[in-house]
This record gives sequence, C-alpha cells and structure tokens, in this order.
Amino acid sequence: MKIVVCIKQVPDTNEVKLDPKTGTLIREGVPSIINPDDKAGLEAALRLKDEFGAHITVLTMGPPQAKVALQEAYAMGVDRVILLTDRVFAGADTLATSTTIAAALSKIEYDLVITGRQAIDGDTAQVGPQIAEHLCLPQISYVSVFEHHGDHAIVKRIFEDGFQKIKVNYPCLITTLSEMNEARYMSVKGIIAAHRELEVETWTYADIDADALKMGLKGSPTKVNKSFTKGAKQAGKIIEGTPKELANAIVDKLKEKFIV
Amino acid sequence: MNISEYSGVMVFIEQRTNHVQNVSLELLGKGRKIADELGVQLIAVLPGHQVDKHGRLLVEYGADKVILVDDVALESYTTEPYTQAVVKAIRETNPEVVLVGATSIGRDLAPRVSARIKTGLTADCTSLDISEDRMLLMTRPAFGGNIMATIICPDHRPQMSTVRPGVMTKMERSSDRTGEIVTMPITIEKNRQFVEVLSFEKETEARQDIQEATILISGGRGVGSAENFKSLYALSDELGGMVSASRAAVDSGWMDHDRQVGQTGKTVRPDLYFACGISGAIQHVAGMEEAELIIAINKDKNSKIFEVADLGVVGDVHKILPFVVEELKKINASKQIED
Repeated sequence: MKIVVCIKQVPDTNEVKLDPKTGTLIREGVPSIINPDDKAGLEAALRLKDEFGAHITVLTMGPPQAKVALQEAYAMGVDRVILLTDRVFAGADTLATSTTIAAALSKIEYDLVITGRQAIDGDTAQVGPQIAEHLCLPQISYVSVFEHHGDHAIVKRIFEDGFQKIKVNYPCLITTLSEMNEARYMSVKGIIAAHRELEVETWTYADIDADALKMGLKGSPTKVNKSFTKGAKQAGKIIEGTPKELANAIVDKLKEKFIV
Repeated sequence: MNISEYSGVMVFIEQRTNHVQNVSLELLGKGRKIADELGVQLIAVLPGHQVDKHGRLLVEYGADKVILVDDVALESYTTEPYTQAVVKAIRETNPEVVLVGATSIGRDLAPRVSARIKTGLTADCTSLDISEDRMLLMTRPAFGGNIMATIICPDHRPQMSTVRPGVMTKMERSSDRTGEIVTMPITIEKNRQFVEVLSFEKETEARQDIQEATILISGGRGVGSAENFKSLYALSDELGGMVSASRAAVDSGWMDHDRQVGQTGKTVRPDLYFACGISGAIQHVAGMEEAELIIAINKDKNSKIFEVADLGVVGDVHKILPFVVEELKKINASKQIED
C-alpha cells in the first residue's frame, strides 16, 4: 500500500497573542508546528504502515523553512519526504494550492492520499476536497476512524448530528480530524536520522507539470481585499438590575455575538 | 470569462432526512438582500429525493425561483452525486453568486464544486456585502479568529462562499410571496468517485471533553449545591454546550474533576464561557481567560471575575438563569421549521 500524506507547517495559533494596546498580532517567537489535523493523518498512515507495511510519502508546499516539518515527519517514521517550494507557488489561494499539490501528486504513486481536514491558520478545509477533484478521486472528509480492508477502506465520517460508515475503493482521498488519534513522538533514532542522513527532496515548478498561470497569486481566483484585527479587547461592562432585565441583557449579548 | 453573462444569486438548500436545514433559510434571507441590491433573481437549488413538497416553503422564505433536483442518488448526502447536481444547476443558470452553508456537508461540497467549475471559494464567512462595483465582499475570521479578512473574487464567476450557520437572519415566512418552482432533470453519472454509505447513526450525546466544547457553562461555590447545578444544565442544553466547574465546586463534590477549569484542572478556550457564582481566583482565571466571550454572574459586584468578563452581571444566578433559559427556549422554538 502506498500512502501520501499532505501536511502544512503552521504557526501555533494557540501561541499567537494580540497586542492589548494595538490589537495587532504578535508573531515574534511563535513556534511553527505541523498542523494538528495533518498530524493525525500522519499518525493514521504510520499505523497502517505498522500493521500492513505501507510506504509513506509526506508532501508539503511552503517556504524553505517548511523543511523542519518534513524532518519531524521523517523522525516519526515515514519513508520519503518532499518539499514543494518555488516563488511561482507563493501567494496561492486554496484553488491554486490544490492545483499545485495535485500536479505534484500526479508524479507519485499512491493508493491513499491523506490531508488534514483544515489548517489552524486558515481554517478553510478546502484544499483536500479540491485536490481530490483535480485528481478525480473519491473524497471523504471529516474522517475519525479508518479501517483498511484489502482493496477498499471503511471509514467513519463525522457530521454535526451523527456519523456515516462509508465504504470507499482505492485510490481515494480522506481528510482527517485531529481527534482521530494521539500522534506518536519522534523516535530518538528517527531524530538522528532526520538530521544526519535525510536529504529533503525539493521540487520546484520545473519538477511538476502545471501551468504557471494557474498557480500562486496569479492563479488564485480569490484575493485578500483587506485584513484587520478585531481590535483590542474592550473593558467589560458591569450591569445591575432586576433578574428579568439582567437575563434580557445576557440574551442580547448572545445575539450580538451570533451565539443564538 | 465574460462576467456580464453571469446574473443572479444562488443558494444551495441543504436537507437532511428530507428536512430543510435552518442555515439554508438564513442564506435565503441574506441572499434576498444581496439579490435586491444587485437587482437580480434569488435562486434556491435543492438536491434530494421527493423534495417537491419544499418548493413552496423556499418561495415563502424569499426565493424567486426554486430548482428542485430529484434523484434517488441524492436522497442523503454523498459528495459526487451532489457535486454533479449543483454543477449542472450552476452551468444552466450562470449565477454571479453562490452561497452554501458552512456545515460539514457544505464544506465538503463547495470546494469540490468550485474546483470542478474552476472558480474561487471563500470559507466560513461571517459577513457578506456588495461593493460599489457589484463585487461580493466576503469577510471571514482567520488565525483562530484573531484576524478578519475580506476576500474578493474579481475575475471569476460565480463568486462562491460558504457561510457560517447562525450568522445570517432568515426572513419572516410569508405566504404572499410568489416564485417559480421548476424541476431540473438530471442523470447522475456513476463514476469511480462514488462511495457507498453503509450506515448512518445519530449521535446526540455531547462531547465529553470540556476542552473540545465551544460553549461552557461553569459553576463555582456561589451555585450552592450539586442540585443547584440543574439550572446550569438547562442553560447548557439550550446553547448546546457543556457544564464545567471551578475548583471550589469540584472540591465540594458537586462536579467531577475532569470538568474542572483552572490551573489544577483544564485550560479551556471556548467561544463562550459562562461563569456562574465563580469568584475569579487567579488560578481559575488562568484556565479560562482566553475564551472569546466571557459572561459572569456573581452577587458580589467587587468579585475578581468581573475583571476578565466581557459582560459582568451583578445578581443571583438562580434568579437570572431561569429567565435566560426561558428566552432561549422561545428563540430555539422559532428556529424550528414548519414543513
């Protein structure tokens, strides 16, 4: 069985803090991590390898420093790592990103492609399904359990109000949820190997067959018009009154924040 | 691409077990406003099986035109048949805007559709506007909600967006509204992108980990007893949240330790944290201050919890919460859709 796991290196948004005075993001010193949903996908692939002897390739698109995420994946036990990096790829929205990654995947053999459901910096959940469309693969997103059965898989697909059990034939693409498993740590042997012997394969625009006009900023139908912070948190309000008045004030607040 | 050939606002209508979902009616409400601003038609597309009974409902909630797509393969959601249905409806009507609810169905379907028709898609929007030059301005949170971005799709049509449930408002249902209801014939082509659904199981039990909850109703010493927590559970039921507690409540044996928030319990970061009868000791605050919205109720107007609360309510939890629950019950009842 051949598996490709697509991962993204993201800033640990739990560590991103807002400057209380200006309301802007403080990015300095924020560590980069493998996106949590993607890490669950990695672990799912490694468990298939443990049980059935799969070959795992990990692919990431990003700047040269995304190599660190690939070293971590290698130290966890995957077989091959590929960094897709080129100025041509930069500034891509989800469609252009998925076009680029799909072009790279076309150069690799696979039975199963795994992506995380969504990345914590963008939260779009779009790249996985869009890759599946470009490659004409069946997709199952929001996967929390994956069972391999020879020529097909049976997966648990989560909805807001329940779950489906779905049978899907290989080749296919799944998007995984971080709650799927607890990812293993890098092994000491793996860490040493990742730093001593691993040469991260680097692919650029020249290595994949794709139209430069469909990648990066140029190939992105969507553009950021403007971005803004929600501003510094304002001092809270303290209110007094009758129980009924206070209850109404609470409900109004919930409405204002779209909670009800 | 000649942008002027695209006209109309299309809303994907999501049904589950042949019940139209509330988010789709919310999108008809927003779609109506956008269509009026642009001076174009509002089109509802409903894939499903035996869905003709919903046509009138969608008109009464604002659609000028309802396109029913009926096939047994569309009875319950899977990606490929739905993609074929929605892509065909888009290609036949050429709308300039397509809105889809950002549910676990919409967020699976919309990217697949956008990639097939090669247009842009903006995820999980919380606000939609029209610019002076008739472009859709799609605003969404990023970086875990720390920043907001407004996205445009200038040169491709349709402009597609998934929209977060609960953010837009549906219109008053009106039987005076008129609209056209048509059935779009379709032959779902079976290909290797099909999957087989073996079973569906409904799951109502709430997630058990308070760190996973988006809404937490938390009680402290001021709640008074384990029995008194029932008003917190009632509130949690209406909001779809979980109940947690401060150390004082856990030490008193009113709540299990795995529901404890704070330095010796768990650090939580929900969208809403309700602190009921919690004084706000620094060890507790350390575990919840990153919550998006904090509402605190406490009798003592000098209590520390009010220093971190967005809304501090001075009063008795047991007198206030029943009124809140009553009001939320009314709101939730109004969200039920009469067929």
